[in-house]
Amino acid sequence: MALTEDNKQRRPTRAPFSNHVWPILKTALLTLGSIAVTLIGLVFITFVIGRVMPIDPVLAIVGERASQATYDEVYFQLGLDKPVIVQFLYYLWDVVHLDFGISLLNARPVSEDIARVFPATLELATLGIFFGVVLGIPLGVLAAVHKGSWIDQIARVVALVGYSMPIFWLGLMGLLVFYGILGWVGGPGRVGIFYIDVVPSVTGLILVDTALAGNWDAFKNAFSHIILPASLLGYFSLAYISRMTRSFMLEQLSAEYITTARVKGMSEWNVVWKHAFKNIRVQLITVIALSYANLLEGSVLTEIIFSWPGIGSYITTALLSADMNAVLGGTVVVGLIFILLNIFSDLLYRVFDPRAK
Amino acid sequence: MTMLSKLLTGASLALAVGVTSFPVYAETPANMLVIANRIDDVTTIDPAESFEFAGSDISRNVYSRLVILDPLDLEAGYKPDLAESWDVSEDGKTITFTMRDDATFHSGNPVRAEDAAFSLQRAVILNKTPAFILTQFGFTPENVTETIRADGNKLIITTDQRYATSFVLNCLTATIGGVVDKETVMANEVDGDMGNVWLRTNSAGSGPYMLDRWTPNDNVTLSSNPDYYGGAPAMERVIVRHVIESASQRLLLERGDIDVARNLNPEDIAGVSDADGIQVVDELKGRLMYLALNQQHPELSKPEVRQAFKYLVDYEGMQNSFLNGQYTIHQNFLPATYLGASDENPFSYDLDKARELLEAAGVENLEIEIGVREAQERMEIAQSFQNSAAQVGITVNITVGTAKQILDRYRARELDVYLGAWGPDYPDPQTNAGTFAYNPDNSDEANATGLLAWRNSWDTGGLTEKVDAAVVEGDREKRVQMYLDIQEEFRETSPFVIMFQQIEQSAMRDNVTDFSTGQAVTNAAYWQVTK
Repeated sequence: MALTEDNKQRRPTRAPFSNHVWPILKTALLTLGSIAVTLIGLVFITFVIGRVMPIDPVLAIVGERASQATYDEVYFQLGLDKPVIVQFLYYLWDVVHLDFGISLLNARPVSEDIARVFPATLELATLGIFFGVVLGIPLGVLAAVHKGSWIDQIARVVALVGYSMPIFWLGLMGLLVFYGILGWVGGPGRVGIFYIDVVPSVTGLILVDTALAGNWDAFKNAFSHIILPASLLGYFSLAYISRMTRSFMLEQLSAEYITTARVKGMSEWNVVWKHAFKNIRVQLITVIALSYANLLEGSVLTEIIFSWPGIGSYITTALLSADMNAVLGGTVVVGLIFILLNIFSDLLYRVFDPRAK
Repeated sequence: MTMLSKLLTGASLALAVGVTSFPVYAETPANMLVIANRIDDVTTIDPAESFEFAGSDISRNVYSRLVILDPLDLEAGYKPDLAESWDVSEDGKTITFTMRDDATFHSGNPVRAEDAAFSLQRAVILNKTPAFILTQFGFTPENVTETIRADGNKLIITTDQRYATSFVLNCLTATIGGVVDKETVMANEVDGDMGNVWLRTNSAGSGPYMLDRWTPNDNVTLSSNPDYYGGAPAMERVIVRHVIESASQRLLLERGDIDVARNLNPEDIAGVSDADGIQVVDELKGRLMYLALNQQHPELSKPEVRQAFKYLVDYEGMQNSFLNGQYTIHQNFLPATYLGASDENPFSYDLDKARELLEAAGVENLEIEIGVREAQERMEIAQSFQNSAAQVGITVNITVGTAKQILDRYRARELDVYLGAWGPDYPDPQTNAGTFAYNPDNSDEANATGLLAWRNSWDTGGLTEKVDAAVVEGDREKRVQMYLDIQEEFRETSPFVIMFQQIEQSAMRDNVTDFSTGQAVTNAAYWQVTK
């Protein structure tokens, strides 16, 4: 049909720019609003818990034997005489300005402390989740494909040990065998004594910093120190990821479309990886994101055993020392990580699952 | 953390069983000392503010003082350091120190009497937690420029009344007596803080070591001061690594990656005590474990009951079981190794004697509450006492809580009995005498929460005056005798059942010699160490 003038006028024209931008802007604003509300809620709950807990930040500062006058002076200095809600609003105002206060433990800004300890945890957790994903997913897929076989049994035992073995025991045994007896890995700490502070801290990630400095001896030493705790954390992630992968895959492999694909003569490789696995990616993203978030909280026991100065042991030490500024600061950061990982996994959903768009 | 500690202890035991020897052994360099220690209590390294163990360890090695406790001869007491001599005025109120002329700060600036005066004035003016060690001599921010002053190479200190010279000098060996470089510190002053914020993480001393770096909860690194007036230390570098877990410290030590492990638990100490190349060194520390009876309680205030409680503690049973290697029996308020310390321990576990005393007091069916903080060894002591007390008809209810829960009630005089620990603040007998046996005003209104005698509502019955007299006695020998007498009376009459003194067991490679954690009187020193 020839295009008439009327038809030309009626032809759908491109939507105005605002029609494209507004939905994105709206989503972004809603997401930011959701982050803000969640964070404020988190800060409020943590703040209130910190105030009702039977710990005394004043005693932590002045010591057990201080006079009542000294105690009172610090009590007022900390603003503890004000109503809790007023204290909270003051704190919130500071947090908005990225000021988490001063640590009672070392008299440094909490933000500086977090900037120091969080990269240590980030590095450990990232390597750990890498091991967990790279080994856990194939193991889970293999166990599902060979359900009931010896491969499945081995995968089950591996996961069971990972679930049930206390991490401190496994950590100490790992240290004993691989560091103490075999000498294959470095001991507790991020680097050996000869490499302490030999490269400038740029990112706080010691593997990255040593690589940036081109100091490969230091890099190797740092790697020898991180490999064992990262493997340990990776193993616990592997246990979870492999079991979940197996479960998701079994569900897919029993679906009719898989039977159809096999009937059509599709290779088993394609059936498993191009069809079944493709459909569990979205679920796996959630599993991996949750595992990663758990690792980023900082595994306190792993950090203690391996003398790893991460955020888990930082928050724990702060809690035991009644250093509520540090506890609150650490909690906010951990909460933020959870939220960001959730958003990130939401974005990945959209990439892998067209329905989510 | 109790459960955590139990779990880790269990794992350590498994480790102890699993390990007998290590085929691979590294060694730290001959000029380097590597120590594993818990350093998470370091809050500041400013000598005017530092009051924790690990922080004081740093300070002792970085800052020289007017007088020093020689780590190789602690029994001798204070000796000249930055002050090469001193004179005491006729009235005993003024001490004039003559400074040595060959000392320099790490910055290269000479150490002057002016620096020493500034350091002490600064500590008084800043008035941080340990300031009471100096202000007890009458120094105040208002008068300190007159009472502590420099004149040429002389430092002149004038106290508000006569004090025993040994008392003043012992206090100057404490961390707060560290002499800072005035020029360097004031160059880093912010908003009139006299360099406090800067000195929290930096150093300006003249001691045998210079602070390279302190990374909280990670490590402290020190380098030897080649210009140290006492001669450059043999260990050119000292690294203190923060290692919390005992089993990890043990592995590091057995592998040879560290020279000294300072926080091994009894199981790991037992595990390494027979290992090749490792030695275990015991040092008595200042912490005392004690029971305190509130004298507002009608039954606990009876003298016979106070005595009875001292026979209800199974001292040896605890020392030889769960406290093995960590605490030793000690029944006096001055820790062993202190000036005037007594080694008399007259009380033993004697239920018949306790029963007899309780009958004499007419006490029947007594029920009391013991407050104890949630620390493992304290709870175990409380349980042991509970069992003993039950055998003489006393019902003991143990209340376990956090520091806030228990200490708030203790400070408010609300507990029947408190079970806790006490450590001295400075290396002079007055530090403990002035709290255990001193209570000039026992009224509630006095609110002297810093005094243990007041917390337990104990009118010391003349001991307060004796403590006052001992603190001004100029003759050292007489002063020692006065404290021995005070403690003898205290043991018999006080409502305090002092039970144990802490032992620190350090495990180290056997090539390490002369390592000292400072016993009860001071902190760790590294400059005399050789390998």
